[in-house]
Amino acid sequence: MRKIAIYGKGGIGKSTTTQNTVAGLAEMGHKVMVVGCDPKADSTRLLLGGLSQRSVLDTLREEGEDVELTDIRNGGFCNTLCVESGGPEPGVGCAGRGIITSINMLEQLGAYDASENLNYVFYDVLGDVVCGGFAMPIRDGKAEEIYIVCSGEMMAMYAANNICKGILKFATNGKVRLGGLICNSRKVDNEKQMIEQFAKLLGTQMIHFVPRDNDVQRAEINRKTVIEWNPKCGQADEYRALARAIDQNTNFVIPRPLPIPELEKLLMEFGLYN
Amino acid sequence: MSEPTETLTVPDPAAVKAEMLKIYPAKTAKKRAKQIILNDPETPPEIGANSRTIPGIITQRGCTYAGCRGVVLGPIYDILQITHGPVGCGFYAWLSRRNLVRPPEGSTNYLQYCMNTDMQEDQIVFGGEKKLMQAIREAYAIFKPKAIAILATCPVGLIGDDIHTVAKQMKEELGINVMAFSCEGYKGVSQSAGHHIANNGVFKNIIGLDDKPDAGEFTMNILGEYNIGGDAWEIDTLLRKCGIHVTSTLSGDVSYDQVAKSHTVMLNGVMCHRSINYIAEMMEKKFGIPWIKVNFIGAEATAKTLRKIAKFFDSKKLTDRVEEVIAQEMIALRPVREEIKAKHTGKKAALFVGGSRAHHYQDLFRDLGMEIVSAGYEFAHRDDYEGRKVLPTIKVDADSRNIEELHVEADPGRFKPTKTPEQIAALEAGGFSFKDYEGMMVEMKKQTLVIDDITHHEMEKLIEIYKPDIIGSGIKDKFVIEKMGVPCKQLHSYDYSGPYAAFGGAINFYREVDRMLTTKVWKFITPPWEKDPQSVTPLAHTTKTEAKNETKAWRKSAAADADGPM
Repeated sequence: MRKIAIYGKGGIGKSTTTQNTVAGLAEMGHKVMVVGCDPKADSTRLLLGGLSQRSVLDTLREEGEDVELTDIRNGGFCNTLCVESGGPEPGVGCAGRGIITSINMLEQLGAYDASENLNYVFYDVLGDVVCGGFAMPIRDGKAEEIYIVCSGEMMAMYAANNICKGILKFATNGKVRLGGLICNSRKVDNEKQMIEQFAKLLGTQMIHFVPRDNDVQRAEINRKTVIEWNPKCGQADEYRALARAIDQNTNFVIPRPLPIPELEKLLMEFGLYN
Repeated sequence: MSEPTETLTVPDPAAVKAEMLKIYPAKTAKKRAKQIILNDPETPPEIGANSRTIPGIITQRGCTYAGCRGVVLGPIYDILQITHGPVGCGFYAWLSRRNLVRPPEGSTNYLQYCMNTDMQEDQIVFGGEKKLMQAIREAYAIFKPKAIAILATCPVGLIGDDIHTVAKQMKEELGINVMAFSCEGYKGVSQSAGHHIANNGVFKNIIGLDDKPDAGEFTMNILGEYNIGGDAWEIDTLLRKCGIHVTSTLSGDVSYDQVAKSHTVMLNGVMCHRSINYIAEMMEKKFGIPWIKVNFIGAEATAKTLRKIAKFFDSKKLTDRVEEVIAQEMIALRPVREEIKAKHTGKKAALFVGGSRAHHYQDLFRDLGMEIVSAGYEFAHRDDYEGRKVLPTIKVDADSRNIEELHVEADPGRFKPTKTPEQIAALEAGGFSFKDYEGMMVEMKKQTLVIDDITHHEMEKLIEIYKPDIIGSGIKDKFVIEKMGVPCKQLHSYDYSGPYAAFGGAINFYREVDRMLTTKVWKFITPPWEKDPQSVTPLAHTTKTEAKNETKAWRKSAAADADGPM
C-alpha cells in the first residue's frame, strides 16, 4: 500500500487535484482510500457526489467509543473509499489535535489493515504545515510520499518551500519522502519552466503540469470528478496522466528547501524573462 | 537582629560556589553563577532571579496556575472557583496548603470543594467553552455563590477558549460576579506570574465593589498573608489587642465581601512582597492608601512592625497600647525563647523557600541566636533580594511581558489619601519609609551565599559542605534533605503545625525547632539502601559500584557529624 499526502497553499486546488487523480488511479483498477484532513470536511465531495457523510470526529462525539468503520467510511466513485476527519467550527478548539485523534481512530478500526486490500491511501491536508496536528500525516510513517500542489504564483511557491522544511524535519527521522511538485497552472508567465527549475532546486521533479481548464469547474458544479463527468475531455486525460505518473514514480527524495533570497531570485529570473 | 557587617564563620563561600558549579556544562554554569551570589549587605550585588529554570535540573518551583489558583485566589473562601481544564490540574486545585478558615455562622465555604470542567479530548478538538458554561450554570444551580472564578490551565490557552467572554456572558445571565483568569501554567517562569495575574483579576473585579468601611479608629489590610496553619489569626488577634482593625487579609480566611471593601482602609501592610505588591501599588494609585512592609514572623520583627504601624497612625493612645501589648507578649515569650536559645545558639540554618519566607523566617532563627548560612527564594524577583531600589534597573524580559500590566489612575470620586503629602514628608523625615521593602540581602551577613531557585544538586552540595543543623524548605525537597540526615522544616504548609506568626506563633516555632534539633531522628535512621545495597539504582552515567561507594561515603560523613557535638 502506498501512503500519499497532498500538501500545498490554501486554495491552490489540493482537494480538486487529489480527487481527480484518485479517480484516475481508481479507473486504472487501484483500490484507493482518501482521508480528508480539513475541518471543512470537503475533501471527498467530488468522489461522493456531495457533502453528505459524517466525519470521524462528529461520529466519535455522537457515538462515543462505539464507532464502526462503516459509520465513518463511505464508498465513492469507482469503488474509492472516502473518510473525512472533520473538526471544529472556525475559531474554536484545536483542529490539529482533531486530525491526530481521527487518524488514530482509523488505525484502531483497522482501516489500513492488509485485509482491506488497499493500493493507495491519500491524505488531503489543509493549507500549510501549521502545527503538529497538521503534520500528523507525515509523522510516524502515516504517509510516506508527499506531493505538493503549487503554481507559478509567488505565495504558492513560498508555501511549497515551507512545506519542504516540514518534510525535511520528519524525513531525517522517518521514511517520508517528497515525490514531486504538481503544478496546477494559474497561467503565470513561464510557469512550467519555472516550476521545473524550482523542483530541480528542491531536489525533486515536477511530476505533472495540469493546465488550467474550465472543465474542472464544470465538473465541480456537478459534484463530480472530471473523469466521471466527461471521461472523454482533454482535462480527464491530464488527470489520467498525473495518476499514471504517480503510479510509476520512483523518484523519492529528502527535499532541500531554498533560502528565501534564492527563491526570490528564481521568481525574478522567470518572471522578467520576457 | 544581626549585625549585617559581621562575616560568616563557615567554609569559604566562594569555594562552595565553585564546587556547586563544577559539575555543570559551561552554559548552565554561566547562568547559575548569576543566581549564586556572595552577599554584601551594604551594596547587595545583582542576583539573577525570575529567570527560566534550566531543563534537566530539579527545581522547587510551581506553575502560573498554581500561583493564581493555589496561592492568591484560592483562599478567598466563598468564591466558587472552577478550574477549566483536564481533571489532573483540577484535582490539585483541592487546596491542601492549609489555608485555614473559620467562616462566620451561616456563611459559605468552598475551600473543601474542588470544581473542575474535566476537559477531555472532545473539548480539546471542538473547544471547551460550552462545557465551561454548562459547568458554571450547574455550579450556580447547586450552590448559588456570590461570585464564580474561572481558572485556565495549559490546554485552554493552547486551543484558545475565550474564557473572558464566557465570564461576561455568564455574569449577565446569572446576575453574579463571574471572572476569568488566564493563568495557564506555561505562562511564566514560575508561580510568580500567577500571583500577578491573580492580583490583576482581584483588583479589577472585586476590590472597590463595596464602599462601606468597617468601623474602627485604625483600619488596615494585611496583604500577602495566607493563614497557613492559622498565621493570619495570630496577627489579627494581636492587632485587635492593640486596637487595630483588619478589614481584609489577602488571602487568608477572607470572604468575597471583605475583599470588596478592602479599599476603605487607612493602611496596607504587605507581608509577602512578591505575591501581592501589585495590589498594594494599585490600591495606592487608585484610592490613595499608602502601603508599608510588615513582618510578623519572629518576635523582634513583630515588635518592630507593631511600632512601625503605630508610628504611621501617629496616635499616642495607639503607641502606648502597642508598647503595653509588646511588653505583655514578651513576658510569655521570653522564658521559652531563653531556654531554647541557650540550647541552640550558634547552630546553622539555611532557608530555601517562597518569595518572602526565606527572608522572614531568618528573623525567627535569629531570635534563637542561630546563624543563617545560606538562603534563597524559589520564585522571587531581584527586588525581593536587593530591595525595591533596583526596580528601575530590572530588565523586563519576554516572559514578564507576557503578563498584563494594569494601567491604574486615581479614582476621581474615591481617591482619598490617608495622609497629606506634608504628613508623609514629616514621617519620612523622621526615618519612616513607605513602599519600603529593602529585600533579603541587606539583613544577611557579608559573604553569605544567596542562592536563587536552588537545584537539588546545589542543595546536596550545600548540605555536604556547610552541614546545616536545619533547613527550612518546601515539600519538593523536604525528603531529599531528610534522607541526608538533616531535619527539614517544611515552610509551605508547615506540615501539621503552626501558626508561626506573631508572638504566639514564634513560641510555637521555637518549640518546633527545639524538637527537630533535639531528636536528631533523621541521623539515627539507617536508610534501606545501606541495609540492601541492591536497592541503590545507579545513575545512567555511573556504575552500580560507584553509586554504592558514593552513598557509603556521605553516609559515613553524616554519621560522623551526628556523633560529634551538636
